[in-house]
Amino acid sequence: MSPQFSDYALVVAAVLFALGLFGVLARRNVVYVLISVEVMLNAAGLAFISAGSKLGQPDGQVMFIFILTLAAAEASVGLALVIQFYRAYKTLDTDSARELKD
Amino acid sequence: MYAIVWLIPALPLAGFLLLVFLGRRMPRAVAAVVGVGSVGLAALATVLVGASFLSAPPAGGAIEERLFGWVSLPSLSFAFGFRVDALTLTMMAVITIVGFLIHLYSSEFMSRDGEFWLFFAYMNLFVSSMLVLVMADNLALLYLGWEGVGLCSYFLIGFWYREPEYCVAARKAFIVTRIGDVSMLLGLALLVSSFATLDIQELLRRAAAGWAPGSALPVVATLLLLGGAVGKSAQLPLQVWLPDAMAGPTPVSALIHAATMVTAGVYLIARLSALYALAPAVQSLVAIVGLATLLLAGLAAIAQVDLKRILAYSTISQIGYMFLGLGVGFYSAAMFHFMVHAFFKALLFLAAGVVIMAQGEEHNIFRMGGLRTALPAVFWTFLIGASSLAALPLVTAGFYSKEWILWGAWQAGRGGPLLWLLGGCLGVLLTSLYSFRAVFVTFFGDQKIRESHLPGARMKIPLVILAALSILGGFIQIPSDIAPVSLFESFIGGVFPKAPGAAEGGSTQILLQVVASALSLIGVLAAYVLYRRGVGAHERLADSDAYRGVRRFLFSGLGFDWVYKWAFVKTFDCAAKLLKGEVVGRAADAIGSANAAIGRALGALQSGRIRWYLVGIALGAVAAVGAAVWL
Repeated sequence: MSPQFSDYALVVAAVLFALGLFGVLARRNVVYVLISVEVMLNAAGLAFISAGSKLGQPDGQVMFIFILTLAAAEASVGLALVIQFYRAYKTLDTDSARELKD
Repeated sequence: MYAIVWLIPALPLAGFLLLVFLGRRMPRAVAAVVGVGSVGLAALATVLVGASFLSAPPAGGAIEERLFGWVSLPSLSFAFGFRVDALTLTMMAVITIVGFLIHLYSSEFMSRDGEFWLFFAYMNLFVSSMLVLVMADNLALLYLGWEGVGLCSYFLIGFWYREPEYCVAARKAFIVTRIGDVSMLLGLALLVSSFATLDIQELLRRAAAGWAPGSALPVVATLLLLGGAVGKSAQLPLQVWLPDAMAGPTPVSALIHAATMVTAGVYLIARLSALYALAPAVQSLVAIVGLATLLLAGLAAIAQVDLKRILAYSTISQIGYMFLGLGVGFYSAAMFHFMVHAFFKALLFLAAGVVIMAQGEEHNIFRMGGLRTALPAVFWTFLIGASSLAALPLVTAGFYSKEWILWGAWQAGRGGPLLWLLGGCLGVLLTSLYSFRAVFVTFFGDQKIRESHLPGARMKIPLVILAALSILGGFIQIPSDIAPVSLFESFIGGVFPKAPGAAEGGSTQILLQVVASALSLIGVLAAYVLYRRGVGAHERLADSDAYRGVRRFLFSGLGFDWVYKWAFVKTFDCAAKLLKGEVVGRAADAIGSANAAIGRALGALQSGRIRWYLVGIALGAVAAVGAAVWL
């Protein structure tokens, strides 16, 4: 059985997820971390849709709508956190927030 | 009259309770009346019980009274019960009557002491415990009394607790006797596990029925009990505590460390004589221990300069005689010597107390002298006590009691004549030498310290009564070749197994008596030559190095303290130091430091860098998914 479109879409989703994860881990600027998290969320959404298409079921699309809602909520909370973070530290570098350690 | 038996130990106990709770607020006179009176009433009760015991002997030869239960288990039960037979009555009479005289003496001797009431509280508790010890009908109650007297001994040796060395002496006495007590407790445990009873009479019956003579169990049991007796009675090898126990006030030395407590071991062996009959080898050991102790302590006594230490070594030596008597099966003789010894040794200690007080707390006899005229009453009573101790023939009680034991030693099965030769000849010679050395040096010659603090009536009366007893006490038991009187034997003999070959009389006995008497007189003469007339003789000797070395050796109590110090104290110290340096501790420490290291390593993960946490989460998620997919 030759690979179908949905299989390629799953691979793209995996690559996107890995890129997002790399961004979360490697970036120090908290705004970029937030953007990378959005990339990961969308990678997860793509994976659901392509899986739904592959299995011929609508559940994947339903899940994507949930993820979209979640992403919106996450963005609003995340951006609020970023503003508070900046007010507290006068920087956007995540590594400067290490007070629990000391 | 038998109904008042329980009062005899209860009265001193009541005295103790009164004094210990209210004594601090009592005037001295009241405290003295309570302290002396309680023992006096106990003595009166003992005399009343004794009189009715003699006039109408109870059935079975013993008064039995069970007060109340103590421990009641299906497998084992014992109670607070008393059993008074002739042996117990003898002990009780000595404890209460001599005890009363010593309390009377103390009421004046201690009158200037700040803790007068406490002294009498301890003394009353001691008398009560000692009475419980001898009256107990079971070994658990006996053991209670046994530990009670040990505790009082500790309190009273360290009575003047502001002197650190007195406290050391008290601890030494407690620890050394404790070694014996542990042995005794093990012995009791063995008896309980074998016969499931602690009642003495029942135990002896079951032992006689259940144990074959000479088999392993009775040997072990009697050996363990002998360990307890040896510790309490200051016999070899646990005798080291008694000379140091002289740190206590002199009446304490007289009552506890001469007349009563130290003879508890003698009582224990006499009480369990039927058990010792099942272990002939151990009984021979008792005789050998007694013989060795009496000789070594006699030698040590010759070199002492402290009047009380001379008497302490003499006590050890005389208890050695009692052990010799027990060992050869002459129990009545041992108990007779116990009684007579209590009279004359209490007398000697009380007289020594007067002497020391009159010489301004001087203990060294060589710094005293010439007290014959300064303290005539003390001189004459001390002389009577010393004569009785030295067993001067015919007139003293000590002669009759010692003669009886020596006659037993001669008749003992194996090596009897050897026992007699060492115990009789050498022991008697040593005894009269050291006792008259003390008499000549202390009371004759020039007076070196002016006398002060002359004794009053309350100190003199006990001396006179005890002196009378030291003479007259002997006439109730006289060898048949001199005069056939054997009141003591007919009173107490029924308690013990028959002495082997107790036939008396014959020319041998007369010969032995003559030899022993001659030796006792030679000892007096030697003391006179060495320490009185020929002061030169003693000093000429004193110049040689060998003599000085020997004297130092004897002075130290034949080096036992030194040996124990190196064998036990120092090795224990070394071991403690070694172990303190982390031999065992290191293993425990390793567990702790390993945990700390793990903690530090895991703590490093908490870096505070949020991206590292995310790496952790990601790797964890990968691992979880991987595990879910492939496993």
